[in-house]
Amino acid sequence: MKERAMVPEADFRSYYGRPVVRPPVWRHDIAAYLFTGGLAAGSALLAAGGDATGRPALRRAGRTTALGALIASTYFLINDLGRPSRFHHMLRVAKPTSPMSTGTWILSAFGGAAGAAAVAEAAPLLPGPLRRPVTVLGTAGQYGAAALAPALATYTAVLLADTATPSWHAAYPDLPLIFAGSALASGAGVGLIAAPPAQTGPARRMAVLGAALELYGAHRVETSKGILSEPYTTGRAGRLLRAGRTLTALGVAGALLGRRSRVVSALSGASLLAAALATRFGIFDGGVASAKDPRYTIVPQRERLAGSSG
Amino acid sequence: MTADNLGGWPDPQPRMGFFTDTSVCIGCKACEVACKEWNAVPDDGFELLGHSYDNTGGLSANSWRHVAFIEQPVPTDVLAEAEAGPGDMRWLMMSNVCKHCTHAGCLDVCPTGSLFRTEFGTVVVQEDICNGCGYCIPACPYGVIDQRKDDGRAWKCTLCYDRVGDGLTPACAQACPTRSIQFGEVGELRERAAARVEALHGQGVGEARLYGHDPDDGVGGNGAFFLLLDEPEVYGLPPDPIVPTRDLPAMWRRAGLAGLAMAAAVVVSFLGGRP
Ligand code: SF4
Ligand code: SF4
Repeated sequence: MKERAMVPEADFRSYYGRPVVRPPVWRHDIAAYLFTGGLAAGSALLAAGGDATGRPALRRAGRTTALGALIASTYFLINDLGRPSRFHHMLRVAKPTSPMSTGTWILSAFGGAAGAAAVAEAAPLLPGPLRRPVTVLGTAGQYGAAALAPALATYTAVLLADTATPSWHAAYPDLPLIFAGSALASGAGVGLIAAPPAQTGPARRMAVLGAALELYGAHRVETSKGILSEPYTTGRAGRLLRAGRTLTALGVAGALLGRRSRVVSALSGASLLAAALATRFGIFDGGVASAKDPRYTIVPQRERLAGSSG
Repeated sequence: MTADNLGGWPDPQPRMGFFTDTSVCIGCKACEVACKEWNAVPDDGFELLGHSYDNTGGLSANSWRHVAFIEQPVPTDVLAEAEAGPGDMRWLMMSNVCKHCTHAGCLDVCPTGSLFRTEFGTVVVQEDICNGCGYCIPACPYGVIDQRKDDGRAWKCTLCYDRVGDGLTPACAQACPTRSIQFGEVGELRERAAARVEALHGQGVGEARLYGHDPDDGVGGNGAFFLLLDEPEVYGLPPDPIVPTRDLPAMWRRAGLAGLAMAAAVVVSFLGGRP
């Protein structure tokens, strides 16, 4: 058979080389949402930390970016639907077996909280009697959003993993680490771009810790999944993940060495954001590639059967 | 007989399904046509694939039954082949369909409640609810359910929910001239399938095997299962399918750990070290 000759190392049979599982029909809206959702979560944490430790520039940048990223997320999610006018059908049910249902509710709650926090940034412009309640509500929203942020950043890993898409499903133990790390690094990037060096100490540390989580997770996904690691190291996904790693390294180096320079800090922040974007698209594309080639469905299942009977 | 009542209905009916016996399939595609006619399924394009007599390719939003054609050498023992040279060719034909899984990935992940379990234990999309989120599509371990491009929603076999509700046989089984597609109560079909595979083994067809009949497999068994004459992957079926949601609790545990790590990283970042 044709595919036998092409893939001598992993002998398998298939139906005319056609995929067994169906590749996701999600467009790159969903990959973009993985990034903006993480950015919203990281920014909300940055805002809460900044406010709690008296760093107003971090608070302001975190709150406004969280809202902006949330609006972008909502756009991407609705735009990807086959029937965008029915997006509210997501809110008919709360279904624990569906990570998308769970995620919709997390995102909705986060949206309300992050919205209140961002609006409160405009409190000084409001008439006197309104200022205080809006500020209080904003603070509550800010901490509410921060409390939800880890869930917002990591549920998307479950969303991808809870599919028959071979390389996503196999990566379920490590995807949440990548997504949590890249959300932290994104939040840190916002702080580095927006705040003066005197306030960015925590953002620099967040960048280092986020990068460590992200790189560790990506390393696991690229090396420990047998042939299911392949789609993450080859083709477009491989190029994107390698670019992500380089940009992360540059961003962290800049964050650590450029403490005194506003320009270097901002550049490293941008590098961290670009890294998060590349990584999310790489993970997305790796999964899609694994579904398109029947080898990635059939060979691991055959090995599982051989293992359980032998 | 099978009183599974998978959907938790107050008035459950016996679980209904298909037993597709590919050993008697003649590849006439009456099932494909009858399904399209009854369910008003649009055409799937008119391509010539060059895959034997198969120009449908596979199950899709617009093909709810699909007849696979495989041309291969008749299995013989190695010694006989060495003596006589390569033997005859044979055709395998198989009418594929949605498996109506006991643990259905598509249904588990649907965030709108559009996919539901009927009183007959089958899995059906409600087209007035589906918003085309697409989640069910990668969640099916068999690559069955699919998005209809010009319509945006997800479509698949309904096991003729309308006909079955009126006590009729699904269109494909009704049209099948060889009784390759048998419709009935799942428990009774499982017994029939076991008897058939035994009979074939008795006739020397050692390669006959059942697929999807076992309630202990990775999807809890199929409501629509098969008798095959070669490995499942030869027909485009996964050899050991597992419903993705089986690992969902473990996935949430890993996400929870990562979330905690994230929160801890923020606390450390803001409380530790220099400004
Ligand atoms: S075969 Fe796929 S589409 Fe059919 S019930 Fe099972 S998971 Fe759903
Ligand atoms: S595409 Fe439709 S049927 Fe499929 S999961 Fe989304 S809402 Fe449910």
